[in-house]
Amino acid sequence: MSDTPISAPGAAIGRSGRVAMSLHGLRGALLPILTVVAAIIALWYLAAVPMNMKSALDQAERAGVSVSPDTGVARRKLSGITLALRNPGVIPNTLEMDRPLLPSPHQVVIELYNTVIDKNVTSKRSLVYHAWITMSATLLGFAIGTTLGIVLAVGIVHNRAMDMSVMPWAIASQTIPILAIAPMIIVVLNSIGIQGLVPKAMISAYLSFFPVVVGMVTGLRSPTAMQLDQMKTWSASKAQTFWRLRLPASMPYLFTSLKIGAAASLVGAIVGELPTGAQGGLGARLLSGSYYGQTVQIWAALFMAAICAAVLVGLIGLAQRMMLARMGFGR
Amino acid sequence: MSVVARHFGVWTALGIVVSALIATGLLGLASADGAMGLIAAGLFAILGWQLIGVIASYFADVPGARVMSAALLGLIGLFVWEMVVSALNVPLVILPAPSVIAARIAREIPILWADFQQTFVKGALSGYVIGCLAAFLIAIAIDRSAFLQKGLLPVGNFVAALPIVGTAPILVMWFGFDWQSKAAVVVVMVFFPMLVNTVQGLREASVMQADLMRTYAAGYWQTLFKLRLPAAMPFVFNGLKISSTLALIGAIVAEFFGSPVLGMGFRISTSVGQLALDMVWAEIAVAALAGSLFYGTVALIERAMTFWHPSQRKT
Repeated sequence: MSDTPISAPGAAIGRSGRVAMSLHGLRGALLPILTVVAAIIALWYLAAVPMNMKSALDQAERAGVSVSPDTGVARRKLSGITLALRNPGVIPNTLEMDRPLLPSPHQVVIELYNTVIDKNVTSKRSLVYHAWITMSATLLGFAIGTTLGIVLAVGIVHNRAMDMSVMPWAIASQTIPILAIAPMIIVVLNSIGIQGLVPKAMISAYLSFFPVVVGMVTGLRSPTAMQLDQMKTWSASKAQTFWRLRLPASMPYLFTSLKIGAAASLVGAIVGELPTGAQGGLGARLLSGSYYGQTVQIWAALFMAAICAAVLVGLIGLAQRMMLARMGFGR
Repeated sequence: MSVVARHFGVWTALGIVVSALIATGLLGLASADGAMGLIAAGLFAILGWQLIGVIASYFADVPGARVMSAALLGLIGLFVWEMVVSALNVPLVILPAPSVIAARIAREIPILWADFQQTFVKGALSGYVIGCLAAFLIAIAIDRSAFLQKGLLPVGNFVAALPIVGTAPILVMWFGFDWQSKAAVVVVMVFFPMLVNTVQGLREASVMQADLMRTYAAGYWQTLFKLRLPAAMPFVFNGLKISSTLALIGAIVAEFFGSPVLGMGFRISTSVGQLALDMVWAEIAVAALAGSLFYGTVALIERAMTFWHPSQRKT
């Protein structure tokens, strides 16, 4: 399985088809996973202290607490770690800053709780509202891209001329930073009067399109010569070979590339919200957060995006498991 | 496949189609009339597709046939684009013609070159090297602990599917507007794909091969360098290839969040604002070229280093 050519480098995400496929059957790793996650959180807390130390000391000085060194100029020369060691009393403050350089994990969790659970879903300050704006563009684009991708893959597998002329472009297009054209698509579609959902969905569709094409072509070609010969001895027609052999055989490949495509769609929708200063969506939250220095808001939006990606990939994984189990792939 | 070829024989058909193609092309380029251009574009597309059909049916095994047909399709695309834009008088702010873009590229080479250096050489390449090297070394470091591997592989693969580009505003805040912040975004983007692939690759050597190394009384480092690292190479290069495009994407998108008055992402976003779409397309052409060359270079190195792997076999 190690030479499965499913990778979608142009898709703006780093998920590797090869690794994802060989990860299958890696169960019972809960304890190691939890350990790694705990280590990451601990590192995060450790990093937050020195990173926020300088501004925490500035605040403490203004509040009348004596800190060492007592001038901002002298403090600027020292590293965050040295400052933390010399002012251990201020360390708790670094984790509760208003606009920290690096918010502590619990601040992000609290912000997520406040904006997800506490706010009304229809409110503009609710992160669910923004996530839904992004997700609707993602889902629409993902559906369009996947459908077109499968159709093109079927054409490539059945038509020699398409295989020879279109396939090299499909592969080459993956090496191109497609995301760079996102702002242009948004502005151009804006100028001819198309706004809102559709431009973002088009970027999402474009990003999810190529992984699906490449994965599906590989999948539809995965039946061995022996299996194809067997269909021939049954004098199966081309359509029968397609429906009974090629399509079922392509399913594992389809799902792997669907996961890549879904994650890429989400990235596309988020980046699509950047250039025009969109009113809503996770990308707009990122942008406004970076304009106003609201770091906690940025991190909360990032985590919401991560949750969306996890939900998408998880749902596809669930569908994959159910489908493959029904088809007898599951061992 | 091709209707023309079936009636006239291959070589005659080839001659007819090629000369008709050239004639239509010239006719289209010479036509001042809108309707004429559209007809030429349609004819060119049909004839070109016939030619690809002839190549696919009769010359598929000739070396370079694939490149030829792909190039032909690209040519058809460019020609139809040029003809349609000039025939319908599509305004520049919607879609500039390829000739306009080419002229812009020729005029703006100094700016494009400076942007390329800022974004690709300083931002993307330095981040790529740092990120990939760090991930590679860390993968080797955690290689001795099966526990860490078991935990890191799923977590890393999950993180690799997240929209990491979103960290760009944070890193721009931390490292300033210049290329250092772009390199940092690239490091974060390429780290996990590279880590996951290397860790997975180091598990590739089979038990039998490892046993053979034991019978040779090879130590840990000898086994690593002579067996496991070479066996991991296909995966390492898979990671390097994925990272190569991520690097360029990261560097460009990070510039949307703030940059000096230089760089491909900066130029794209400001030119979009000025509705100078030909400049945007010029930058995109440069980005596409740089991305493909970068990827191609990594793929070439891969071919030279993993020539023994089944996936490199010529079919």
